Amino acid sequence: MTDKRQIGDVILDLQNISLAFGGVKALTDISFDVRQHEIRAIIGPNGAGKSSMLNVINGVYHPQQGGIVFHGETRRQMNPTKVARQGIARTFQNIALFKGMTVLDNIMTGRNTKMRSGFLANALWWGPARNEEIAHRKVVEEVIDFLEIQHIRKVPVGRLAYGLQKRVELARALAAEPSMLLLDEPMAGMNVEEKQDMCRFILDVNDQFGTTIVLIEHDMGVVMDISDRVVVLDYGKKIGDGTPDEVMNNPEVIKAYLGTTH
Amino acid sequence: MQFFFEVAISGLLSGLMYSLVALGFVLIYKASGVFNFAQGAMVYFAALAVVGLMDKGLPMWAAIIGSFLVMVVLGLATERFVLRKLVNQPEITLFMATIGLTFFLEGLGPMLFGNEIRPIDLGIVDEPIMSIMDSVGIGISKFDLFASGTIIVLVILLAVFFQKTKVGRALRAVADDHQAALSLGIPLQHIWAIVWGLAGFVALVAGLLWGSRNGVQFALTMTALKALPVLILGGFTSIPGAIVGGLIIGASEKLAEIYIPPVMQDWFGGNFGGIEGWFPYVFALLFLLVRPEGLFGEKHIDRV
Repeated sequence: MTDKRQIGDVILDLQNISLAFGGVKALTDISFDVRQHEIRAIIGPNGAGKSSMLNVINGVYHPQQGGIVFHGETRRQMNPTKVARQGIARTFQNIALFKGMTVLDNIMTGRNTKMRSGFLANALWWGPARNEEIAHRKVVEEVIDFLEIQHIRKVPVGRLAYGLQKRVELARALAAEPSMLLLDEPMAGMNVEEKQDMCRFILDVNDQFGTTIVLIEHDMGVVMDISDRVVVLDYGKKIGDGTPDEVMNNPEVIKAYLGTTH
Repeated sequence: MQFFFEVAISGLLSGLMYSLVALGFVLIYKASGVFNFAQGAMVYFAALAVVGLMDKGLPMWAAIIGSFLVMVVLGLATERFVLRKLVNQPEITLFMATIGLTFFLEGLGPMLFGNEIRPIDLGIVDEPIMSIMDSVGIGISKFDLFASGTIIVLVILLAVFFQKTKVGRALRAVADDHQAALSLGIPLQHIWAIVWGLAGFVALVAGLLWGSRNGVQFALTMTALKALPVLILGGFTSIPGAIVGGLIIGASEKLAEIYIPPVMQDWFGGNFGGIEGWFPYVFALLFLLVRPEGLFGEKHIDRV
């Protein structure tokens, strides 16, 4: 184990989060934390509120109650742009790539928060802007190598197979060099081989870059294999939290997943 | 045959002027997924601002710069007071908002800058170039040629901007997926402000060209609607599409105007003038049946 893999302090602390859409309660009084460098999974049956939770962290949804502490800074609501600038990147459940653009262009958009040169210089493709573009391109090429997608970099994303699109989306998130990565069902709809690849990439990202990862996933085998700690949601409530083993033996969790006999 | 070419060429050139208006629609549609119904009104408004400022005693160049600033402010205000409230709303809501904006601009323009018909004189006369007339026997208007040149330069600049710059890439990203763009830290508000500023600039160029051909009057908003068949032909998301669509509409409406009425008169008797007023719309309608996504539009295949 390298130094980077050592689990650090709590960097994200969610305190008593409640979120409702009109009368529908999506999340009720949920608290959990995420430690530096760990892989934290959120699981639960469909409609449990997992994606809503991610959207709260990401600033898309604003919870009616509760606080979010990220790197010591407390906030009630955030806008997604600011969240991105704080170093949180994400992928989406239904792939949200820019379909008409090439793989390379898609990943370059991930560099957005890091680009500094002004609008005018950029529009005119001036010296500093040009050098900056080249520097960013270098980082992007590293990400492309890392995820082994060199061969498709000039292909419009819309033409790629589903599994590859998921990988490109991960690449775009990584291009931002995030300190925390939110993955919404990174393996949904993949075949076994693609899943294995994706697992390897997630572990490598976590290991080599020291990126903290919060992921939602339905494949229990995968979740139990790669996560350090798991939080379980059901009907918008937290019903379990702990290491994979603890969670698996939690009677509440078993009930939620298998149902009860009446 | 010479006459045929003369009609076709003048049609092509005036078609480019439709392209210019269509370009304004495409810009905003590409970057925000909004069909900006107000683009025609923006053309009118920009042209009005130019003549209005000249009435106040400004020289033409200053009036043009002034009008540009007015359009930028207008773009920023639209983003701030209309669009910002409507982030993540369905497209139809945004579309309705732009209809509201249309009526607002059509009222505000004449109120600020007067409503009498005034000419814009760019100093280029709308008459045939004699050297071409003498050698080939085809009349090509100087003004048409000047307008086409301006439009071509503008299009090249826009294409480079969209394809090669960070801002252009961010614009395309926002157009494709608001949510994803936000998650990457692309500031939606800035992007929309830039796009509306750009659309305002394109509207100004269109307003100057159309205004100097037909005079600055309310009918400009109607002429601008000819951009709709252009868009149906070219596709709503394609800059080259707007150009090609404009060329086709321009040439076909002029040719239809000249060659269809005699045939119709032979068949049915009566008078069939003024075909160019409606021909583009019928043409576009027929085209829609065959290729709904346009010549260059993105074909949508949905998972069912």
